[in-house]
Parts: sequence; C-alpha cells; structure tokens
Amino acid sequence: MSDYTADEMMTVAAARALASAKACFVGIGLPSTAANLARRTANPDLVLVYESGTIGAKPSRPPLSIGDGELAETATAVVSVPEMFNYWLQPGRIDVGFLGAAQLDRYANINTTVVGDYHQPRTRLPGAGGAPEIAASCREVFIVVRQSLRTFVERLDFRTSVGFGDGPGDRERLGLPGKGPQLVITDLGVLEPDATTKELTLTSVHPGVDAQQVQEKTGWSLQIDPDLRTTEPPSIMELAALRKLKET
Amino acid sequence: MADLVTLAEGVAALIHDGDTIALEGFTHLIPMAAGQEIIRQGRRDLTLARMTPDLVYDQLIGAGCARKLIFSWGGNPGVGSLHRFRDAVEHGWPVPLEIEEHSHAGMANRYVAGASGLPFAVLRGYRGTDLPDQTDTIKPITCPFTGEILTAVPALNPDVTVIHAQRADRAGNVQLWGITGVQKEAVLAARRSLVTVEEIVDDLVPKAGAIVLPTWAVTAVAEVPGGARPSYALGYYDRDNRFYQDWDAISRDRGTFADWLKGIAA
Repeated sequence: MSDYTADEMMTVAAARALASAKACFVGIGLPSTAANLARRTANPDLVLVYESGTIGAKPSRPPLSIGDGELAETATAVVSVPEMFNYWLQPGRIDVGFLGAAQLDRYANINTTVVGDYHQPRTRLPGAGGAPEIAASCREVFIVVRQSLRTFVERLDFRTSVGFGDGPGDRERLGLPGKGPQLVITDLGVLEPDATTKELTLTSVHPGVDAQQVQEKTGWSLQIDPDLRTTEPPSIMELAALRKLKET
Repeated sequence: MADLVTLAEGVAALIHDGDTIALEGFTHLIPMAAGQEIIRQGRRDLTLARMTPDLVYDQLIGAGCARKLIFSWGGNPGVGSLHRFRDAVEHGWPVPLEIEEHSHAGMANRYVAGASGLPFAVLRGYRGTDLPDQTDTIKPITCPFTGEILTAVPALNPDVTVIHAQRADRAGNVQLWGITGVQKEAVLAARRSLVTVEEIVDDLVPKAGAIVLPTWAVTAVAEVPGGARPSYALGYYDRDNRFYQDWDAISRDRGTFADWLKGIAA
C-alpha cells in the first residue's frame, strides 16, 4: 500500500518539525538530511548552522561531513569553532538543536560514547562532539533516530548528552538553560516528553504502524498518549523533494 | 621569524618522541601529509590532541605512533567508525591507547585558554553528563560573581601544533580562509608550530575573511601542495569524499591497513 519507506516517513516528519524554527544546529547524518529537506519544503528561510562554523549554509546537496566546502561557500557567515560554541550556541541564540543517538532512554538522555564498560567497551562510538552543549543550550532539541531495542534502552551505558536527566526538575538543578528534547522522531512514530513526568510518550504513529509495534522496539514500558494520532503520510511534493535531495 | 623548510626537515626538527602534538583543521585543511611524514620518521609515544581525530590520527594510531589521544569526536564523518582508533581502544592494537575525552566546546575552550596564556577556561558545559567521571580535566567551578556552577577545563598547550594553510609568503606569514576551525588558537597555544601550505607566494594579497598568522608567531613553514588531501583546501581542491568512504574498508582490517602503510613508506 505504501509507496514510501519508513526512513522517508521519518525524514519528512523531522523536516516538518522545523516549520517554525529560525536557526537549527545540525548534526551530520539523518538530522542533516531532514534539515536540508526542510529548507526545500516546510521552511525555505531556515538558517542551517553546522558546528564547523558555517552559519546560514545553503548546500545544493546534503554534505557528507559537517565541514564540506560547499557549506563555507554558501554560508552567510563562517566563524571559528570557539566562536561557534561560545558566542552562538552557549547563550541560546540557536532555537533548535537536531541530534541523533546510539542509545536513548525514557528521559531522552543520549549515549554516543560507548556500548559496554567505558574502559573495556564492546563498541567504542565516536563520542560527544558538539552534542552535550547543543543538548544543554539550544532552546529546544529534536532527536531523529531509528527505533530498535538496541537503541531505546532502559539504561544507557554512558550519558553523553542530557535530556531530562533523572526526571522532572533535573535540567533546572543542573543549570541547563534550554527546554530539552521536545520531539523524538523515529521510523515508527513520534515521542514527546510528558509535561509533568518528562517521560517520553508516544504521541503519533506513522501510517501502518500500531502502538504495540512501537512497544516491541522500546526497551522499557512505553507510555502511550490516550489521544494517539497517526502521522500525515508524506505528500507527493515532500517525497519528490526528498528523493531529489538524495540523488544529487 | 619562521624558517622555510621541507616537510621532512620541519618534522625532524620540531617533533620528538613523547611530545604532545596537535594536528588541527576542522574537516577543512587537515594536515594529512604532515601526519604521514611523522609516521615515516617513526615517532613514538606521542600524545595526540585534536578535536576530530579523523583519518589523520586513525593513520598515526594504526601505525603505532601514539600513546594517548585527547579528543572530542572520533568518527569518520558521514561514513562511520575510525577502525584503527577503535582497534586501539577496544583491543590495545598495535599499542594500548590512553584516552582523554572532551566535548567540542570543551576542547575549543582548552585551546582558547592556551592561546590566551591562562591556566583554564570556563564554559557552561558537561553538567549532568558522565564525561567528568572519566576525564580528570573537567572540573566544576563556582562563578565568584553570581554563584552559578560552571565547568572549568585546563589550557591545552601542545609542544607542537601542525596546521595546513592555503599560502604563505617568503617571509613566512601564513594566510588561511574558509572553515578555519580552531587552528589559530591551536598555533598560538603551542610552544612550537609547523605550517604546511599549498604554495609560497611573493605577495600575500589580503583576502576578506582570511586569518593571517604573522611570521614571528610561527616556527616553520613548508610548501606541500596537496598536503591536506583527502581533506580539502578551499580555492585549491575539493574534499575527496570517495577516499573517506574507501578508508572504511582500508582501515577495517589490520592487513589491508598494513598494506596501505607500506604504500606511504618513502
């Protein structure tokens, strides 16, 4: 029945989430594809900020790295890395931070450091990069990640970036200025933090997916919104824009 | 005043076994040729500092040149893992690798403190993460004016910083532009510095947005055309994304990496 993939649904849903954003701090991979799609669909004026120092990059195709030459050549401004983190990110000038995750827990804390013990890791992952301070200081954070038991875990092996920490009030106690993760967009649906408990709650499933399937790919007992919605499928225009972006 | 040298002379004179060195360049202008010259000259027990170890440090680590890595993001951008880095951390091959792990904001501020002649830098970072439990160079500090708890990271002052730039003049003034990352801070934080450049020119024509490192702030300059490949030099050549993708297979296996290593031997 569907003529689009689960990954395409995820990317389109992530791009739509950027409809009203002004500036977005973009991580490489899925977030970058979604942010570039948003510039071609929901939000042509979106300012893409890459941690390499490019502000307002307008690449013609999704870059492989966060520092490809086209980002610098099309940017409104190119700043040094210390300036990027100290003047632009830290004071909260960037409204949306867009992150990926290797592991995620119910409070949307993120691990991108190790699987297993820190000193004897089963898998050594790349590490923090810009993520801890993006998660702390952007006004809000969106996470794009494929949903699986390996990724959605009861307990992180390492907390690289803070979502809601151990629960309500933790961000304030830690002095983290941003509001924290507001959306987790997966290939199955969309999760949002509960206003009171801050626990991730399934608020939308993509077409053809039911809540039970999402639970089966979540490593904890998943909260489900009583008003669970179904995500609007990708429009012909959205799909065309995404496929054009991927082929260039 | 900076000496104009060959790459081999510069590495031989400035980089010694056991040194802490920083080869900086954020995706752009990565000093790859210098890294490979360090491998050829057989340096050992180096402490390697760099925000994004990238291929340049994957090669040095796989070649057994490093004892320790100070870093903030150790992946192959857009491709996946750095396999030589992973093999060293996960299996101690070819030699065990000690790690000192930061975030980008922390590393950038460590260079800023180093360039500023200060003992440490302050940032709003790391709070609530597991990084301070593993990294001694991350400590809480209370603001003496507001009482806010912030984070302090010590200055990073490499023995030697190596960067690649687009050009220099015959007096050794260095000019670089495009994404300039943390190179200025890394050079000014270091005791000695080596800059490889695409070309040495008679007149360093001013260029909007460019950084200039005056000759008296640089130890040595070597002309190395293509010295950033497969990274790129804006205005000279593009990033070789294909090689970054190919590196995944070359580096995944110890044998194919050893073959690659033979290929760069003088």
